[in-house]
Amino acid sequence: MKRQDIQCDSQGQLRHFLTIEGHKRETLTQILDTAENFVTVGNQPVKKVPLLRGKTIVNLFFESSTRTRTTFELAAKRLSADVLNININTSSTSKGESLLDMLHNLEAMHCDMFVVRHEQSGAAHFIAQHVAPHISIINAGDGRHAHPTQAMLDVFTIRKHKPDFTALRVAIVGDLMHSRVARSQIHALNTLGVPEIRAIGPCTLIPPYLQQMGVHIYNDVREGLKDVDVVIMLRLQRERMDGALLPSELEYFQTYGLTQEKLALAKPDAIVMHPGPINRGVEIESSVADGPQSVILEQVSNGIAVRMAIMSMVLGRKPSGEEGEA
Amino acid sequence: MASDLQSLLNSRHITDPAIIGIHTGGAWIAEQIHRQLRPEQPLGTLNITFYRDDFTRIGLHPQVEPSNLPFSVDDRHIVLIDDVLHTGRTIRAAMNEIFDYGRPASIILATLVERSGRELPICADVAGERLSLEAHQHVKLTGPDPLELLIQESK
Repeated sequence: MKRQDIQCDSQGQLRHFLTIEGHKRETLTQILDTAENFVTVGNQPVKKVPLLRGKTIVNLFFESSTRTRTTFELAAKRLSADVLNININTSSTSKGESLLDMLHNLEAMHCDMFVVRHEQSGAAHFIAQHVAPHISIINAGDGRHAHPTQAMLDVFTIRKHKPDFTALRVAIVGDLMHSRVARSQIHALNTLGVPEIRAIGPCTLIPPYLQQMGVHIYNDVREGLKDVDVVIMLRLQRERMDGALLPSELEYFQTYGLTQEKLALAKPDAIVMHPGPINRGVEIESSVADGPQSVILEQVSNGIAVRMAIMSMVLGRKPSGEEGEA
Repeated sequence: MASDLQSLLNSRHITDPAIIGIHTGGAWIAEQIHRQLRPEQPLGTLNITFYRDDFTRIGLHPQVEPSNLPFSVDDRHIVLIDDVLHTGRTIRAAMNEIFDYGRPASIILATLVERSGRELPICADVAGERLSLEAHQHVKLTGPDPLELLIQESK
């Protein structure tokens, strides 16, 4: 598994975090357990720990994203790292400098980690292959490929409410075709032992390879939501749709939008999730998004703790096998 | 150890201390002390993993229970409890963490064992045992039931 080799060092410790694929259940569980400890940092009067003091983390966002960039920035700052936010639109790449030249300049400024978001699938892997050995890369979303930190915060939120992954039925509803989040979620849920994952949506938005990933396909939302423990709604990614894949947003909402009536088909204690930003009245009804079963805002809070965990694990690799003492 | 601690608290006229145990061994000891002294405040616990000064050398430790301070630290007299005081770095990290929760009126340090090998100017106010050990010797507390102290030799 070449990708796993890129992500882990010779001792099996996280070096980069580019995708969920290839990671063992133990690694994902370790991320979740570590994140559990970081949740309390947000509740302290001083919302900071000194773990990454002296480290410099660069948010390298080639694709705009306020929410993800903000949570990465907050996560890094709560770990006491210095953070640079580089707006690629106004950076020197728009003046003709190549990406690799820009990376090498950032390396020369003694940066320790790049958090990369890019519209091209594989961009984070490409950068990971070309940076200096001491620099770590975290993928903050690349094209249609992967969004591994989002998937980890989603499974972290699920675990908070449904601790036993091996007894879960999870439905992912909507635009799976264009969703890097869904791909990463499915890998994470599979790795953590979730026995039944359902993909629900119109044929035009369900990629055929999902069946090979062990996912059950449903075009009928009512059938698909029956007795599920977790409902993950996805955003309609209009910006990634090349052709007319949908008749209209109104018709989509009527057919696939999550309403109280459709949610009632799931288990009574089912939780409702959405990676955001949500389109009210398109993917989800407001009363459901703000209702008692919704954990959408918890996902946002948990995103900081999970990103803190991943950053500290990646930058906290042991140089040798030595142990600490009191 | 509990009676020594009570005497110290009495001599300082501290009637409402908050007891905080450092994970993992310190929390075990703190639980027993808390049971014996029965202060008004519930027991607090600290996980100092994120405050260690050797993070860049040894990486992130396997996680234990998160910190839990179910009381306000501000202006409170704190009794900080650990199993073994050795280099002093754990106590420094614990005090740094406590100050991120607020400004205590005072901190008393109580440890089951105070051993030689200090690297920072920190000493215990109350110690169950004081040991002079060689650098290659290590004290380890196993527990929680039963609690047992072991002295191990490293190569």
